[in-house]
Amino acid sequence: MDAAPEDEGVGLLPNGPGAAAILGAAIGSLALGVFSFAGDTWPGMRRAFIFWDPSGPLSGESTLAVGVWLLAWGVLSLLWRSRNVRLARINRISFAMLVAGFLLTFPPFVDMLQGQ
Amino acid sequence: MVLSVRDLVTLLHGIGFGALFLLAFSGAIGVIYATAAGSEIWSSSSIHNKMFRFYLLSMAGFAWLAVLSGTYIVYPWYRAVPPPGTTDLSHYPQKLLLSNPMTAGWHELGMEWKEHVSWFTPIVMTMVAYVFITYGPQLARHRQMRNAVLGFTAAAFISTFVGGFFGAMLNTRAPTGGGPEIVLMGHK
Repeated sequence: MDAAPEDEGVGLLPNGPGAAAILGAAIGSLALGVFSFAGDTWPGMRRAFIFWDPSGPLSGESTLAVGVWLLAWGVLSLLWRSRNVRLARINRISFAMLVAGFLLTFPPFVDMLQGQ
Repeated sequence: MVLSVRDLVTLLHGIGFGALFLLAFSGAIGVIYATAAGSEIWSSSSIHNKMFRFYLLSMAGFAWLAVLSGTYIVYPWYRAVPPPGTTDLSHYPQKLLLSNPMTAGWHELGMEWKEHVSWFTPIVMTMVAYVFITYGPQLARHRQMRNAVLGFTAAAFISTFVGGFFGAMLNTRAPTGGGPEIVLMGHK
């Protein structure tokens, strides 16, 4: 993404692993919101998300979101494990993703997007 | 005095994992901030630091237990479908709430939001625990990372509060009771 030197001192760990964890959690949160919205909006998606019938679509939505989070975290960690990245920008993107994910789980907001 | 197995598991889910986790938040935010202030007592080898790593890992563990028990044990009881012709919906909380326009909102807003928003918390708290364990006192010098961790911790608090509030309200309106009963105290 936007790797850049941001040396903050001798003996200091690079911020890449922390940035990867933060952005990974944000991607997982957004994925949760997107899957929740998709399951609520399209009946086909709703059926596809039923991994375990007693829990309904929530079983698939949450499992896939956790999968996306771990995958994103793992890939970003590999890419940034020994690098310093522009954390201010990553923080802004991460919080935007977190808020978007949060809103996509909020039923009145989802209803508004669905035109109800 | 009796308690059903479902009551007990729901209590464990809500109070045992959820409320305990909620209570731990103020400590987490305070200590992350204190650690990042660079005090000597929070050096990476100090007992305080080790204890706080355990504290954050426990919080993440409680968050996972809360969502997993909620999604795979309590929620199936909540959304159970009654056999055709059932008139007593007391053991079918979702259908009980939806059967009355005055209570349907508790499901349509409360449960629909709670079931998803609660999943933010374990993801976020696992990240927070990882970052603290990796960086510890160095967070004092990684200020942007410390700010992100504090912000995400606050977001996890909000999502847990939403889940806990609606969980408590739903359980007063339509408890997930039923199943075998445990006698806690006999009649004197």
